[in-house]
Amino acid sequence: MNILVCLKQTFDTEERITIENGVVVEDGAVFVINPYDEYAVEEGIKLKEEHGGEVTILTVGPERVEASMRKALAMGADKGVWINTEDFDGDLDEHSIAKIIKATIEEQELEFDIILAGAMAVDDGSAQVGPRLAELLNIPHISTITKITVDGGNVVVEKDVEGDMEVIESKLPLLVTAQQGLNEPRYPSLQGIMKAKKKPLEEVEIDDLDIEEEEIEAKTKVLEIYLPPKKDAGKILQGELADQVTELVQLLKSEAKVI
Amino acid sequence: MNYDLTAEQLMIRNMMRDFADGEVAPEADERDRNKEFPLEIMKKLGKLGMMGLPFEEEYGGAGADTISFAIAVEELSRVCASTGITYSAHISLGGAPLSLFGTKEQKREFLVPICEGTSLGAFGLTEPGAGSDAGGTITKGTRTENGWSITGSKCFITNASYAKFVALTAKTEMTGSSKEITAFIVPTDASGFEVISNYHKMGLHSSNTTELVLDHVEIAEDAVLGKIGEGFKQFLVTLDGGRIGIGAMAVGIAQGAYELALKYAKERMQFGRSLSKFQVIQHKLADMAMEIELARTYVYKAAWLKDQNRKYTTEASICKLYASEMAMRVCSQAVQIHGGWGYMHDYKVERMFRDCKLAEIGEGTSEIQRNIISREIGC
Repeated sequence: MNILVCLKQTFDTEERITIENGVVVEDGAVFVINPYDEYAVEEGIKLKEEHGGEVTILTVGPERVEASMRKALAMGADKGVWINTEDFDGDLDEHSIAKIIKATIEEQELEFDIILAGAMAVDDGSAQVGPRLAELLNIPHISTITKITVDGGNVVVEKDVEGDMEVIESKLPLLVTAQQGLNEPRYPSLQGIMKAKKKPLEEVEIDDLDIEEEEIEAKTKVLEIYLPPKKDAGKILQGELADQVTELVQLLKSEAKVI
Repeated sequence: MNYDLTAEQLMIRNMMRDFADGEVAPEADERDRNKEFPLEIMKKLGKLGMMGLPFEEEYGGAGADTISFAIAVEELSRVCASTGITYSAHISLGGAPLSLFGTKEQKREFLVPICEGTSLGAFGLTEPGAGSDAGGTITKGTRTENGWSITGSKCFITNASYAKFVALTAKTEMTGSSKEITAFIVPTDASGFEVISNYHKMGLHSSNTTELVLDHVEIAEDAVLGKIGEGFKQFLVTLDGGRIGIGAMAVGIAQGAYELALKYAKERMQFGRSLSKFQVIQHKLADMAMEIELARTYVYKAAWLKDQNRKYTTEASICKLYASEMAMRVCSQAVQIHGGWGYMHDYKVERMFRDCKLAEIGEGTSEIQRNIISREIGC
């Protein structure tokens, strides 16, 4: 079974994040595998352990992403293909990334039975690259899955639908995106860490791809990035319940201005 | 000169930090109260390949370096010093002498289970009347027809209740010298061998500290570890490595206490502002951060020298001495910053304060470290 996993590196949202001139300051930020993508890596390795085959990690990004790719290799993935954007000047959005990944799969002649990705990235939260890639490759996709069973060419998936669950049957080849609850990612073993450096990591430049620069031009533009406003302490209303309700409605109208 | 950790060392640090936060920290207070050994954690570390970290791959080790070992001990100790010392002793006192002085057959028989984590590593040097003064060793190894017979006792031996065999020292007097000491590998299930875990300790409650009592324990000819008469010299070499472990453990405890103190100082409001806005508290925290950084850097230096196969006796002593005394200062201030709550178990720093004291005593007291350093600088 050939398994491709799309991995994005994001800054660790649990660490301190600083914004200067409308961009997140990278110096001092801690970069990690996007947590949803880590579920995808884990599931890819589990599928390999069950059905055999090979797990390939696909990552678009600058030089710092290598550390995250090596971690996925330490966890048990077999090889990586890194699309280096270190020297790329233009803006890339979800549409660009999906096209770049598709072109890379073709250029590298990567065969696949299943593609796994995170449901979304914790930095921009757009949840688009997976479904877009499936469309470009003309294969079905199921997003936010919490369980997957592969039996021959048949796939049964449990999908999280806003707190409810759908069971969906599909066939390979297929793209799925991982929701929290799919699995508990393993710690890389020490042997895995020691071996990770020796595993193949192919580097691809955007110029190497059979794709025109206009095709991957960003179609969206980020106008502003700002930190969430500081939360003030909540207000606890006092008095009789009926009075509290009246006061609450009053405040929602006059202070919060939401009704 | 390069102060960066390698990609592997960084990955080991991240992995061990995740592991410590996810698997070790949650029950650490409970284990401390119940004096419960972290056996499940050791099994999990075994599955991750950590139990044989620095040893040869052909015996199931991972062939990682001493800096990685120090990182692992530090990360465990940051959340649970009992787990940290259990791991440190397993590697640096249990496994290291087998790896350094064992024959191929001995390594196959004894180092492999250490690397798998199916037997914990333990090392028997200290006796009721002999610590750093090994000349006081009374445990005696006598030649028999088929091998050796060992009689005597050892005290303060880490991990022995979970060890299938222990490397220990005994007087042999084969050359007629009363100072002749030889190391033996003794199975803990041998007839006449008793491992007693009965100490009431100040701290490190969930680590395993034992007395060994040997009454005419018969062992085979090939149970000698290294060379006859070189037991003491071998264990001095072993202790140099062990001191890097204790230094790393002290840095880890201090880091854990400092992080808790910083967090508490930011949250605790007094006189209308958080403690961290008072300069007196800021300076305490700044000193803690500075001292931890210095100690960690020096632990890495000693580890690096060892990895370069260079002499590191002085550096191992300096790192152990400075880190352990630094950690006592940091833990004391961490309790102080917490005020009355710091004296209470729930705030964790009291556990760290108790645990930390061992670092100034185990594997050579601070006084012995000063003796070593003064000897090495030519006093």
